[in-house]
Amino acid sequence: METRDVVIVGGGPAGLAAAVELYKQGIRDILIVEREKHPGGILRQCIHDGFGLACFHTTLSGPEYAARFIQEAKTMGIPCETDTTVLHISGDKQVTVVNEKGIRQIQAKAVILTMGCRERTRGAVGIPGERPAGVFTAGVAQAYMNLYNRMPGREAVILGSGDIGMIMARRLTLEGAHVQAVLEIQPFPGGLPRNIEQCLNDYGIPLCLSHTVTDIHGDARLTGVTVCKVDENLRPIPGTEREYACDTLILSVGLLPENELSLEAGVEVDARTKGAVVDEYFQTSVPGIFAAGNVLHVHDLVDFVSIEAEELARGAAEYVREGRLRECGIELGAGAHVGYTVPRRISGGRDVTLSLRVKGELQNCSIVVRQDKREIARKNMKRAIPAEMIRIPVKAETVKGNGKLEVSAEW
Amino acid sequence: MQRQYDVLVIGGGVVGSAVARELSRYDLKIGVLEKNPDVCCETSGRNSAVVHGGFAYDTGTLKAKLRVEGNRMMGQLSRELDFPFKRCGKVLVGNTAEDMETLQRTMAQGAANGASNLSIIDRDRLHELVPAVTGRFAMFSADSGILDPFQYTIALAESACLNGTDYFFDHEVTDIARDPEGNYILTASGLKYRCRWVVNCAGLGCGKISDMLGIKGYRIIGSKGDYIILDNHTGKLLPMPVYPVPSNTYMGIHVTNTIDGNVIVGPNAETVSDFSYYGVPKRNMEYLRESASRLWPHIRREDYIRNYSGILPKWVDENGVIQDFKIEIRDDAAPRAVNLVGIESPGLTAAVPIARYAVELMREREKFRENPGFVPERKGIVRFAGQSLQEQRRLIAEDGDYGQIVCRCEKVTKAELLKAIRNPLGVHTMTGIKYRTRAMMGRCQGGYCQMRIEQMIEEELGVKETNVLYGRRGSNVLVGRVRED
Repeated sequence: METRDVVIVGGGPAGLAAAVELYKQGIRDILIVEREKHPGGILRQCIHDGFGLACFHTTLSGPEYAARFIQEAKTMGIPCETDTTVLHISGDKQVTVVNEKGIRQIQAKAVILTMGCRERTRGAVGIPGERPAGVFTAGVAQAYMNLYNRMPGREAVILGSGDIGMIMARRLTLEGAHVQAVLEIQPFPGGLPRNIEQCLNDYGIPLCLSHTVTDIHGDARLTGVTVCKVDENLRPIPGTEREYACDTLILSVGLLPENELSLEAGVEVDARTKGAVVDEYFQTSVPGIFAAGNVLHVHDLVDFVSIEAEELARGAAEYVREGRLRECGIELGAGAHVGYTVPRRISGGRDVTLSLRVKGELQNCSIVVRQDKREIARKNMKRAIPAEMIRIPVKAETVKGNGKLEVSAEW
Repeated sequence: MQRQYDVLVIGGGVVGSAVARELSRYDLKIGVLEKNPDVCCETSGRNSAVVHGGFAYDTGTLKAKLRVEGNRMMGQLSRELDFPFKRCGKVLVGNTAEDMETLQRTMAQGAANGASNLSIIDRDRLHELVPAVTGRFAMFSADSGILDPFQYTIALAESACLNGTDYFFDHEVTDIARDPEGNYILTASGLKYRCRWVVNCAGLGCGKISDMLGIKGYRIIGSKGDYIILDNHTGKLLPMPVYPVPSNTYMGIHVTNTIDGNVIVGPNAETVSDFSYYGVPKRNMEYLRESASRLWPHIRREDYIRNYSGILPKWVDENGVIQDFKIEIRDDAAPRAVNLVGIESPGLTAAVPIARYAVELMREREKFRENPGFVPERKGIVRFAGQSLQEQRRLIAEDGDYGQIVCRCEKVTKAELLKAIRNPLGVHTMTGIKYRTRAMMGRCQGGYCQMRIEQMIEEELGVKETNVLYGRRGSNVLVGRVRED
């Protein structure tokens, strides 16, 4: 059977960054498996700028950002097999791949999961009403416009203030469509403040917080939606209905890590992130299988995806060389006002950076890490919002014994 | 110029397609006029997809008789026409003494109808059959099953088509007249079609067509049911459909496993007069979940992938009492017109027996010559997913496109999509491709593959982007290009 030191599932930003860093760590026998015609993942359709501020201190478009990694991987001679889909990953790290030449199995020493995420759909959020054409998730509309040169509609309403939704509000406007409003069921925006400024305010597109779509009309193409204000329990308030005539409804109602392959391999998945439960090396519950990027937890900025994948690669390289990694016996959990933390287990033997998100909007707060009620790290923040991922470093010397760590937000 | 046919079938649903196929056994020129851009756009594709055992209807009715026949022949039919059918059994779950009485009555009725393999089972046996169910006892119908309603209808239609039947889509019949020789002149889509025989298989439109034929007075009401579809990882907890104890007219909200491992929850039943509104209200979704959770407590919001609804055409008398199927030729009012009225549940199970019954009525009046070229077998598109590794390798070796996965959730390959786009009926809507391949039916609902499929339709068929339809007429997916080339 074909063997590889590392098989990377997915050639998007996480997979590419992991590959490049693995190479730098001295691992040469790497294969990236990419189901699309070209590597780059979702960045290929993100033709707006704003990528690379953290990693390259400059602002790049998605394809430009991806190109830096693709070029580097190419220079290193790392093979990326495109138009090739992973069908199955077994718990003992046999990867089954398929392309037009056939099906083959590859035995890997380590497998890196970088499959990214998918969008929540209309059916998943259970929006009532008819099922006409003209209802698109934001990513689908973005792909139609930016990859296929196809215009999804002329008169749009956007449900959900996720970043892609706002970016599509601007994109549609720039191409001559009219965006009537961006609706958000929560009392706070789902996306980044900079996108509210640059994509909505700059174009005079209203953002309606605490509003949702309660009915969809049209038996063929969309003719309109009914919009309602919602109460504090997110229930529509009767009497607040307003009709919007439109031919397009764009949904930006959340992203879900795509873990079907991980589950088949026996990887334990976190109920909150819907991504794998990982330790500080980004190793999953299955030894030798690692995960990073949006397949692990949905990120706000691609730069953090790259940084996380590079951290993963250093651990995976050590695993390939040593056949094992340090025991990570210290558990880590989310406390008050914190939605989740990554990783969920650490060794206590190395400095680590935790990623987390808060549950609601907080002013003048502190992110505090405690072990057995003893504070071991703190980060003060003027403002913390669910849309922004927060990273907080924890020094190895502050961690004592195997007591559980808890991360909470306080003010 | 008028197009001349021996028989025109109005409606290309499961019954119309079964009628066309049964007729294609004879030396006749047959056409099917369908108002939608594909078969099974209405009631035939919008239901629970259950093959019923034959116990729920009054003994002596056509519904009871044809359903039992339909159940019996389904295995053979699925092999002949290559559509998925699974005789997985079904349970009707009860808790109270009253439930037990009803179930025993239902079972006796089933026996009188000629249904086989019905039994009352205790809690232990019930939990052995369906571990995840709530209930103290059940009636078990071992002969009940499930099928893929799209592939079933498509298979019947393609078989009819391969045996010479012409399908006309976007052809809503708006007028029926007679010429001096007694031929029927049907107007559809602004064109005239002449035929000696006409068969009304219009489903929800059966009352309208019946009126046009001059057979007045049928009162048709719609019974609308909503459904929720759950992710296909839920199917492992539901090996067979689970129903509550039925009432006389309504089978109750049930949970049904599908051929592809999903679970469908529903339907409720609301009487409607608008036969084209398929919206699903929020309150109904909540009601479905609450009701069905009492039977099967595994319905989680995070597993929702889609909802849909269907409408059953029910023929009712002046008191609103639901009537039996009506399959008739009224030689006085409309000679050589077969009138099918109120074909609701169990129309899916009974479609072929219904068709044979209708064709027998025709043959009692006119002798048809056999079609010596009739081929009963029809082959569907070979699917990549679910094949053995060895078989998958063979498929790719023969056709490299079988190695190109386009729909990630259902693992549908480029080869299957190309075959679907070039389907024998000439259907080229997005839902048409979906029904034929399962692409876009998975948990991401086409989030990954729909742009590729749209592009394939454009390229393969030379259709302009603004003319690609999602499903119904007017359901254009796109409005144009971002930039002209």
